[in-house]
Amino acid sequence: MEPFKEHKGIAAPLNRGNVDTDQIIPKQFLKRIERTGFGEFLFFHWRFDDDGKLREDFVLNQPKYENATILLAGDNFGCGSSREHAPWALEDYGFKVIIAPDFADIFYNNSLKNGILVIKMNEEQVRQWMKKAEQGLTLDVDLEKQEITDADGTVVSFDIPPYHKEKLLNGWDDIALTLLEEDAIQAFEEKRA
Amino acid sequence: MEKALTAFEKIWNKHVVKEEEGKPALLYIDQHLVHEVTSPQAFEGLRLNGRKVRRPDLTFATMDHNVPTINRENMKDEISIKQMEALKKNCADFGVKLADMYHPDQGIVHIIGPQLGLTQPGKTIVCGDSHTSTHGAFGAFAFGIGTSEVEHVLATQTIWQDKPKTLNVQVVGELGVGVTAKDLILAIIAKFGVRFGTGYVMEYTGEAIRNLTMEERMTICNMSIEAGARAGLISPDETTVEFLRGREMVPEGEAFEALAEDWLALATDEGAEYDHTVTIHADEIEPQVTWGTNPGMGVPVSASTPTIADAEYPDEVKRALEYMDLEENQPITSIHVDHVFIGSCTNSRLSDLKKASKIVEGKKVKEGIKAIVVPGSFLVKQQAEEIGLDKIFIEAGFEWRNSGCSMCLGMNDDIVPAGGRCASTSNRNFEGRQGNGARTHLVSPEMAAAAAIEGHFVDVRQFVGVPS
Ligand code: SF4
Repeated sequence: MEPFKEHKGIAAPLNRGNVDTDQIIPKQFLKRIERTGFGEFLFFHWRFDDDGKLREDFVLNQPKYENATILLAGDNFGCGSSREHAPWALEDYGFKVIIAPDFADIFYNNSLKNGILVIKMNEEQVRQWMKKAEQGLTLDVDLEKQEITDADGTVVSFDIPPYHKEKLLNGWDDIALTLLEEDAIQAFEEKRA
Repeated sequence: MEKALTAFEKIWNKHVVKEEEGKPALLYIDQHLVHEVTSPQAFEGLRLNGRKVRRPDLTFATMDHNVPTINRENMKDEISIKQMEALKKNCADFGVKLADMYHPDQGIVHIIGPQLGLTQPGKTIVCGDSHTSTHGAFGAFAFGIGTSEVEHVLATQTIWQDKPKTLNVQVVGELGVGVTAKDLILAIIAKFGVRFGTGYVMEYTGEAIRNLTMEERMTICNMSIEAGARAGLISPDETTVEFLRGREMVPEGEAFEALAEDWLALATDEGAEYDHTVTIHADEIEPQVTWGTNPGMGVPVSASTPTIADAEYPDEVKRALEYMDLEENQPITSIHVDHVFIGSCTNSRLSDLKKASKIVEGKKVKEGIKAIVVPGSFLVKQQAEEIGLDKIFIEAGFEWRNSGCSMCLGMNDDIVPAGGRCASTSNRNFEGRQGNGARTHLVSPEMAAAAAIEGHFVDVRQFVGVPS
């Protein structure tokens, strides 16, 4: 995994609560056996109509969000199915950071495992940024300092469990880390046998 | 005296491999269930890194999401075939047991775990599938994981977990006649919302829960994830023990009795404290129907869709009603359906099919409705056929299919067309879940069966002789 230290990018507002992973990536795209290439199917039925044409009224289809890399989302983002295809699609589409008042458990974990920085932020702040993002908003996210700097210089700090922070900053591979615990795992197995 | 503990805490304590202040704990996994959709990238990851499956003996795979429920021999969908072939190859290469499409143990992963007795009290169970919460019905700590975590468990048989908090969902009183476990869990989610369980293990307690059969308990725990919970759980008791006695993967004789004793000791201690408790009165619950696009958007069958202006989040209600093509304040019983689906890991066990068959016996599915029954496993199908349920359904005008996930998520050909409206015994009514543009109403098997006969939602208690 690539280390994540800092990211500056355009924020796109997706002002809906309880966005489930069925919306993020519909089931017909879950049949692939690769990890890559899911971006084009992101929010498929929201982005495209039944004839495959772009829906102009969907936020991510507006030209000003074309290069957005930060997603401002509603409460309980990523609920429902555990499909990791959801963060794969978001990442492949270009999102590096997702900011929401709260995330569904499994989605939160899945995102971190794919190097997407998921930030829980109070609802009021998210709402303010969503409003600003309508006019155009660039945010500078510094993981090391746990700070987000707005275009006009306002700095807002955020929380992230130190364990996740360390892993993201270093781009560590989970399995490699756990394999260092081999002795403990083996001892546990022997104790129970 | 030792500190009183909840069942979850006892299981947790027994599985910690390593724990450090301020970090997630490394937890040992007793049972890993695998299916074709969320595993290929995990096996590929092992291959790329030259790793093997640490405990193939604790891993069991099946095919359920993609499998056709008719014409299995003539599959056309090339990508589905590729995904299932991938699982076959992965299981062969890594030495994992697989119940493939033609295997007698095949079925929806959450149906076959309990059926085989792989699911047992006190186990930690994971699967790359959010409805792994189902297995908590046995007093196991069971939860869904993503594909990276699947790879991690395959490689290490462990997982890093933040210790969830405990939530006691206390069910007071008794469920009325014609009111099912499905109605209870739908009512709980409607009352407390789709995220009240986030960060918690929800333990269901109270007389009403103790009186439920194992199959009913599975229906409840299955939908814990729809409340956002990490896991659902019910303390093991004699009902649990009796369900498991004689199953293929549990020991026999004295070994079983010894095991059963351990299981019973896992039940939550009297006086154990939870981080949070909520209470719901079972006797106030009616048969439920969801009207919206998440499982919390549900009401009693005698009620109507909400008034937009009165809603806590009016925009969401408005959007949901639009998607569902419903008016505000529309009586639920005025909603007509064109599809009925009886199946899914929530409600496709033998008892579900039995109850639905009682409703349709000797009656006919309303003209214009496509109604299908999809048993949860090969074995459920076989057992149902032994007692003639297939005939009852077929005579009433239902299609009788082979086992799999089917119309719950429509990854095979079983989809509801755009604009179609389905009374479904599954667990998710998300936009497009059963097919792009499809509208889903979640109900119990009895309510789905009654809707098939009447063509619209009715209070099923009319069918069982209780005045509604
Ligand atoms: S039946 Fe539906 S909810 Fe259950 S495992 Fe299959 S797709 Fe998932």
